[in-house]
Amino acid sequence: MYATSYHRASSVEDAVKLKSANEEGKYLSGGMTLIATMKQRLAAPSDLIDLRHIPVLRGISIDGRKVTIGAATPHADVAASRELAAICPAICKLAGHIGDPHVRHMGTIGGSIANNDPAADYPAGLLGLGATIVTDRRSIRADDFFTGLFDTALEEGEMVTSVTFEAPEKAGYAKFNNPASRFAMTGVFVAKTAGGVRVAVTGAGSSGVFRHPGFEQALASNWSADALGSVAVDASNLMSDMHANAEYRANLVKVMAKRAVISAG
Amino acid sequence: MGVEGIGARVTRKEDKRFLTGKGRYTDDMTVPGMKYACFVRSPYAHAKIGDIDATAAKAMPGVIDVLDGKQLQADGIGNLICGWMIHSKDGSPMKMGAWHPLAVDTVRYVGDAIAIVVADSSGEARDAAEAVVIDYEQLPVVTEAVAALASGAPQIHPEAPGNLIFDWQIGEPDAVDEAIAAAAHVTEIEILNNRLSPNPMEPRATLGIYDTAEDHYTCYTTSQNPHVARLVMSAFYNVAPENKLRVIAPDVGGGFGSKIYIYPEEIICLWASKKTGVPVKWTSDRTEAFLTDAHGRDHASKVKMAFDANNHITALKVDTIANLGAYMSLFSSAVPTYLYATLLSGQYTIPAIHANVRTVYTNTVPVDAYRGAGRPEATYLLERTIETAARELGVSPAELRRTNFIRSFPYQTPVIMNYDAGDYEASLNAAMQAADWAGFAARRSQSEARGKKRGIGMSCYIEACGIAPSAAVGSLGAGVGLWESAEVRVNAVGTIEVLTGSHSHGQGHETTFAQLVAGRLGVPIESISIVHGDTDKVQMGMGTYGSRSGAVGMSAVVKALDKVEAKAKKIAAHLMEASEEDIVIENGELKVAGTDKSVPWFQVALASYTAHNLPSGMEPGLKETAFYDPSNFTFPAGCYIAEVEIDPDTGETDIVQFVAADDFGNIINPMIVEGQVHGGIAQGIGQALLENVQYDANGQLLTASYMDYAMPRADDLPSFTLSHQNTPCPSNPLGIKGCGEAGAIGSPPALINAITDAIGHNKLTMPATPMKVWQALHAAH
Ligand SMILES: Cc1cc2nc3c(=O)[nH]c(=O)nc-3n(C[C@H](O)[C@H](O)[C@H](O)COP(=O)(O)OP(=O)(O)OC[C@H]3O[C@@H](n4cnc5c(N)ncnc54)[C@H](O)[C@@H]3O)c2cc1C
Repeated sequence: MYATSYHRASSVEDAVKLKSANEEGKYLSGGMTLIATMKQRLAAPSDLIDLRHIPVLRGISIDGRKVTIGAATPHADVAASRELAAICPAICKLAGHIGDPHVRHMGTIGGSIANNDPAADYPAGLLGLGATIVTDRRSIRADDFFTGLFDTALEEGEMVTSVTFEAPEKAGYAKFNNPASRFAMTGVFVAKTAGGVRVAVTGAGSSGVFRHPGFEQALASNWSADALGSVAVDASNLMSDMHANAEYRANLVKVMAKRAVISAG
Repeated sequence: MGVEGIGARVTRKEDKRFLTGKGRYTDDMTVPGMKYACFVRSPYAHAKIGDIDATAAKAMPGVIDVLDGKQLQADGIGNLICGWMIHSKDGSPMKMGAWHPLAVDTVRYVGDAIAIVVADSSGEARDAAEAVVIDYEQLPVVTEAVAALASGAPQIHPEAPGNLIFDWQIGEPDAVDEAIAAAAHVTEIEILNNRLSPNPMEPRATLGIYDTAEDHYTCYTTSQNPHVARLVMSAFYNVAPENKLRVIAPDVGGGFGSKIYIYPEEIICLWASKKTGVPVKWTSDRTEAFLTDAHGRDHASKVKMAFDANNHITALKVDTIANLGAYMSLFSSAVPTYLYATLLSGQYTIPAIHANVRTVYTNTVPVDAYRGAGRPEATYLLERTIETAARELGVSPAELRRTNFIRSFPYQTPVIMNYDAGDYEASLNAAMQAADWAGFAARRSQSEARGKKRGIGMSCYIEACGIAPSAAVGSLGAGVGLWESAEVRVNAVGTIEVLTGSHSHGQGHETTFAQLVAGRLGVPIESISIVHGDTDKVQMGMGTYGSRSGAVGMSAVVKALDKVEAKAKKIAAHLMEASEEDIVIENGELKVAGTDKSVPWFQVALASYTAHNLPSGMEPGLKETAFYDPSNFTFPAGCYIAEVEIDPDTGETDIVQFVAADDFGNIINPMIVEGQVHGGIAQGIGQALLENVQYDANGQLLTASYMDYAMPRADDLPSFTLSHQNTPCPSNPLGIKGCGEAGAIGSPPALINAITDAIGHNKLTMPATPMKVWQALHAAH
């Protein structure tokens, strides 16, 4: 790890100010990605601005069916929230299968979506739920937020403060683990929302998380795993790597989509 | 069996310190003035190196010095060697290329060390290492053994034309060819044995300390065999004469073979300590471990197995190409030859065997022994072949094995080994019963009703442990003898220290060796300490690998104990005015048999040291040393059965049961043996389903972290059903065969036989990842 200066931000304003004062600095949330990258000397931020001690960033609040999750809320809190499980168990299940217990107690939803790893779970959840990402300066629809591999709509210095969504009528998530990393080799989130059926796929797309319109249409007319049987999955936009080629991923996309529908009930 | 003696489930004495974080590993060692090393390593798999410019690096904060291979060479430090000479079938010696501890003009794999930076902190050493500027002229790269033998392949060492290190054979080629020509059936199969990274929990580390006043070196290191390290470092690498070099391997967190070898870092840190005048410590990080720890396996073989009309095997023909990586590691030549082809008879009567083995240089990390070392390769090949033959012949796999089992001992195979004892049918029967083999068909239909594919597979392995005797291995090319030594030191108050040349890095010697002594003398196990891992304390030793510590190391303790007991009996007889022949040792006392006369153990010990009243002419003291050289290898064997259920939608394999029935000879501590078997099977399952080292075409290691290298985790594994059918080993005093590697040896073929049974054809290589199984299912449709 290269030398760096640590700052503990006390408020969102404080954090944003610290960030703008240190151009080569980075926000630090759970550190599960950033610290590991720094240890490998692949990142060398001059400053780390720690967000985990800003009270408003941490916690889950529920107002009717409207859910708000603070950016610095660890995966374990989302997994364990009974209030959230009562209205959207699929997102709790998703969070409960990220990494291992250490990762779930440190890693946060804000860090995960800001990082937008193409094999991460939350991007599928938020895109599938049609969530809104709230930052220090604006609100961004999930459809506009995840722009590519490790790429998001966040501007320089922009900070995620929370994510919000309406609890869906139904939702389900099915993940096929990469045998080594246990990130999603393919993960599919399906949801029946007020705005219609949404299906989001992570771990498979060569430009990151994506929606699958074919599945969405099929499920809109017939919410059942069987409805997906005849829908084609185009392998040409899927990733091939040493763990899984595009053809196998295309198969997993369909199998996981069916399982997600079954788990949604 | 006493509560603490042989056969008792004594909990491990060493676990308290390990489980409370109080173990003392090499990286925990600190000495005054100690500094930190970082190695500058090649980012290319094959390149000429020109100028090494360390000017900027040397000027960086905290940097003490940057040293390179030319300086090392100028100081007379020798090249690394392979310690087992193999001759090709044309009589020529193996073609060993030079392995400079720090590369001098060419780098041959990604991670090859070029220079060492010594600095005040490891961070500063790393920063400076990045600032060393090296001129590289990249050369073409080859990573696969078969490709490296092809004409026009990049030439890796000038000493080995065509990258061929040796072309060796064993057995009778003509007899085999005749038998194949006359056979009623010949099974042909190609076998790939995947390449593995050993991944001990503790990465390698070393601390080199040069003492100017004494002109003496101390080397703390993560070694399985500190005495061998000292011997090799002084005899071949000219680091220092043995009396000026102390090697200490303190607590070591696993080795699996990868810590047998003497690596460049140990040598360089000792040398750098003298050059810089400060103690130098280096600790590998995990990626460095993937890049530089010797890998295991990586064989490609073609096999023919011939049968007569009664399904008796008449011949086996094997042609193997083994990848040895960029340099010949310490025992790399022995693994694919005498530790592999000598086991190709398996548990079967095979009248004629011929194996040809070519070993090859490639631009990859050196390959050497890894848990099982040669025997997993032999077992996988043989057990996949016989399973395939059973399918082709339309007989049950158990029947075909039974038809061919060796049933009388000793049995001389056509490939050197002389099996001394075993009962292969007993393990087969026990395993089949435990697995409810007979009920498999019903379980398969239940799976099919749920849309799943179910398969069952077995593997009947034999292996050879306690590699010996020294004269025999010497005649086969070994550079060292393979005996073991022990000293039993009874203190004046009767407590006991056992100094052993075996080295424990997870095996639990502090418990099992103490059990042996406690059982023999009837003294409390707490009164016995095991001392190992320090060349200044322990007389000499060959270390721990090849499941040899029980069979060889403990046998040496037995021999030393025999001497101690004999002397103690003389003293007791003298004290009690009885005849030496009448003295028995029981429950911590020396008794005159058939009387109520006795003296406690401690009193005899005390008498030996006060020396006030010893038999006339007897030397004081109670301390004896023994060197034990076994008369033969030992031959653990057994039968493993795996049953799997495959999800045809994803290709995922669920191991629904795993049964292991082993013959380890006599067992010292069943709990520790079970732990060894569990760990071994976990590694075997890792090889069969998960683990695979992969390089890209440029020789970059793709699997250089756990993000991409799939280590087995607890939830990848089923519960194991274990049993033992023990036939005592006749060739050592304890009747022990060894259990450290069996699990890793026996399990991969059982799993692949089960999976190929489920998918209905044989086109599958390890690791059987979900994608590969899915593709195999898909191809079958
Ligand atoms: C062993 C292991 C296994 C894992 N397995 C999985 C898995 O199965 N599935 C999965 O989805 N993930 C997995 N992860 C990743 C994990 O979920 C991380 O928590 C996540 O990727 C990053 O979150 P973090 O809070 O740790 O962010 P950090 O590492 O602190 O930050 C990540 C990046 O986001 C930026 N950032 C952080 N917070 C904000 C913010 N509020 N606004 C703007 N930018 C911000 C940082 O500057 C940095 O660039 C795993 C990680 C590990 C170490």
